[in-house]
Amino acid sequence: MAMEINTEDYQICYDPATATVSFIGSLRLSGPAEYAPIGQLLAQVADLEPTKITLNLQQLEFLNSSGINMLSKFIIEIRKTARVQMAVQGSQSIAWHGKSLRNFQRLMPGLQLDFL
Amino acid sequence: MSADFLADYLTTFFPGNQDEPSTIERQAEIKSAVSYIANELLENAMKFNDETSDYPIDIKLQLESEGVIVSVANSISPQAVDKFQAYIQELLASEPSELYLQRLEKNAADDNSTNSGLGLLTMLTDYTAKLGWKFQTVHKDPEVIAVTTMVQLTV
Repeated sequence: MAMEINTEDYQICYDPATATVSFIGSLRLSGPAEYAPIGQLLAQVADLEPTKITLNLQQLEFLNSSGINMLSKFIIEIRKTARVQMAVQGSQSIAWHGKSLRNFQRLMPGLQLDFL
Repeated sequence: MSADFLADYLTTFFPGNQDEPSTIERQAEIKSAVSYIANELLENAMKFNDETSDYPIDIKLQLESEGVIVSVANSISPQAVDKFQAYIQELLASEPSELYLQRLEKNAADDNSTNSGLGLLTMLTDYTAKLGWKFQTVHKDPEVIAVTTMVQLTV
């Protein structure tokens, strides 16, 4: 069970101790097919049913709209289970975070959003 | 990545006192916005480009006193024009943030979607950009149509 993905442009890894998936680098894959491995990693995390899943995006420098779609889809799926809480961590020093991460709260009103 | 390079180059035209945090922050905002928008426009151009035509994909940055216009031109198959124009009409007639949420919910429910359809919407909702389009017949017989998508950002 691969709980991490490492490429030249981005790294994604799951820390079971904190139920946190961290995204580092730049994500600009071309569509759902290319984002599928990341979607699968997230689905595996969801299957573990932790009380709360945290998406740590503090070091995610770039995310294209297909990536926003992929993360949104995951958040919607978690919302539908109604059993797992969500938290998203953004950065105060990455410009797009302030613009785009609040949309996740509109998708899932109970989602905890922090800019660290 | 060409979008990042363009964005980086562009910020050299928005000078300010490099010792001021507000200048650095403003430049970071411009760079981030242009990088995102240029990348989305180029991705769209590559996806919707008419494969049967040699018409090149073109990207242009225009600097104005109050902002930047990023334009990308690509060929589009004549059969795809009606559908695209209908989509533009839908965009112009809707409240973007409502349409954005609807689209996300729809994409989440559909396992077969191949295209998120979010690029232009996020420019409206997250970057308060203004969008414009120009369609031109570049060649008749065979018919080649070019579409230019223009995104105006106030900085």
